[in-house]
Amino acid sequence: MATKQKSVQTSVQDPMLDPVTGELRVIAPGHTFRSVTEKVTKIVLTHSTPGFWWFGAALSGMLTVMMLTAVAWLFLRGTGIWGITIPGAWGFAIVNFVWWIGIGHAGTLISAILLLFKQSWRNSINRFAEAMTLFAVLCAAMFPVIHTGRPWLAIYWLFPYPNTMNVWPQFRSPLIWDVFAVSTYATISVVFWYIGLIPDLGTMRDRAKHPAVQYIYGMLSWGWRGSVRHWIRFETASLLLAGLATPLVLSVHTVISFDFAVALLPGWHTTIFPPYFVAGAIYSGFAMVITLAIPIRKLYHLEDLITLRHIDNMAKVMLTTGWIVAMGYGTEAFMAWYSANKWEYFMFWNRMFGPMGWAYWFLITCNIALPQLMWIRKLRLNIPFMFVMSLIINTGMWLERFVIVVTSLYRDYLPSSWGTYKATRWDYMTYVGTWGFFTVLFFLFIRLLPMIPINELRMLLPSTKLKPHYPDAEVVVEGAD
Amino acid sequence: MKIAPPREGMYGLLAEFNTPGELVKAAQSAYNAGYRRMDCYTPYPVEEAAEAIGFTRYHDRTSLITLVGGLLGGLAMYQLETWVSIFAFPLNIGGRPLYSWPAFIIPAYEWTILWAGLSAAFGMMAMNGLPQLYHPLFNAPNFRDGATTDKFFLCLEATDPKFSKAESRAFLEKHAPISVVEVVY
Repeated sequence: MATKQKSVQTSVQDPMLDPVTGELRVIAPGHTFRSVTEKVTKIVLTHSTPGFWWFGAALSGMLTVMMLTAVAWLFLRGTGIWGITIPGAWGFAIVNFVWWIGIGHAGTLISAILLLFKQSWRNSINRFAEAMTLFAVLCAAMFPVIHTGRPWLAIYWLFPYPNTMNVWPQFRSPLIWDVFAVSTYATISVVFWYIGLIPDLGTMRDRAKHPAVQYIYGMLSWGWRGSVRHWIRFETASLLLAGLATPLVLSVHTVISFDFAVALLPGWHTTIFPPYFVAGAIYSGFAMVITLAIPIRKLYHLEDLITLRHIDNMAKVMLTTGWIVAMGYGTEAFMAWYSANKWEYFMFWNRMFGPMGWAYWFLITCNIALPQLMWIRKLRLNIPFMFVMSLIINTGMWLERFVIVVTSLYRDYLPSSWGTYKATRWDYMTYVGTWGFFTVLFFLFIRLLPMIPINELRMLLPSTKLKPHYPDAEVVVEGAD
Repeated sequence: MKIAPPREGMYGLLAEFNTPGELVKAAQSAYNAGYRRMDCYTPYPVEEAAEAIGFTRYHDRTSLITLVGGLLGGLAMYQLETWVSIFAFPLNIGGRPLYSWPAFIIPAYEWTILWAGLSAAFGMMAMNGLPQLYHPLFNAPNFRDGATTDKFFLCLEATDPKFSKAESRAFLEKHAPISVVEVVY
């Protein structure tokens, strides 16, 4: 009550607070259908590419070249150039695969699950979160493929197709489940993203001045003209795709966790993995959305469309999923003791106090200890703090996968076959290179396509009073402008 | 494939409105006046406008297509797995059963979603008659600036039996549109 009253008083000074609910606004007051349309389309439909774009694209392009170099050398020399050994046969490649695909999950969560829950604040961040998903899945899918060493020979044991050797994949293997889960995830994400883009591509076609640009966007928009009959089917299809993407996104990280959980290795063979992996995926994905959203809103002056409300809400989602992940860690530790299984007990002792124990404590600091600062509202609304926090969580989540993959593998049942794991420069080059690859794709996306869904943004405006189920629609903006 | 002859003449009358409310009112009264061949064009989904011209979610077959697509996809993958594991490439691993159906569920589940999603997306576009890169409405001078940005359009089509150039124009003018434009092929 006190906060409500306070916000009513301060609403005179702060236009970003909603006078009715006392909440932060999803988008700044004073916008019209035309102003939001122009604001978003002008980023793309301009001759002048900003300097930071060239700088960022060049920098990430260089990292991409580094990745290509590392991959080319890998194809020439084989996976021996990596740090993988026996027993540590799963190194960076799998760590990075799980990390990247986890990042992708937040995009689908924002575009699908929050749509089903009618969380209309998601509308402004939905498109680029989904683009982030696509690019993250691309980076992720690369790793298991190059981990095969000779990927052009790997097709016949990944995909069921009639080949001259009469060999078919083994459908009882979680690795094959993975192929279907990840390829379906990539396909559905592309389709969902593209279908959502079509009306906006129509807008781009109509706002473009140059005939060639009009032609390209016209082709891409499939001739969208905004008929209400089309819109009704479009909305049905969007809801259906959201309804399908929701069980899909939950299944993808579940299936990935099966890669571990189905094995008999202490530290992998646990039933907590599926929910704990999914929560971790969403945790790291939201961190990545914040990492991307903060520079974008600053550089493209989108502070009135991607507002503090978005940052605040995402911070709350991270707090929640962070605690689910914490519960996962707790359960693992508890079961190591409660199961009275000496292999399990040793694995956990080794994970915490063994030669790589630093990684475990570093991960606990990044994923559990430091994020608790987000309970403080002032810090949640502090942009530099949230940016740093998102990087911390991304680091923590990478370390989590490192800890799961490496510290379980390098000391298992037989002390005589214990080993260690040390990544080589090629491992680091490939991993850091994928950051560049991801960023290059992202730079191209924000330069060529509307990064904020314009048609969904319009639905957040008060002028859509006919739609009563969007709560923001009923707010009468007085004294705006 | 039959190719439609080139058409000439008038496609319809296009009225432009500033707000969704005005559009819905005009569309509703056109429907009540007996017009059926008409459509509204809006920059974001205005469900009330679709209802006003007699198009509701019940006319929308997207869900059915999605259901059928999903079931077929799941069934296809399950059958493929069964056939591969029992007949095409049976692997005896420690005497475990060849028909190990619990393991087959996961790829079949993924394919159910894959084909349901593809059916939803492409089925929706197909029922919308898209891609259709040319449409007479794009000839209207004010259509492209408004329909995908901030204006709300009602088009009474000339093929409607009730349509008459003068009367329909007068009818539209009554609802105080910004403009009423003739759309030609």
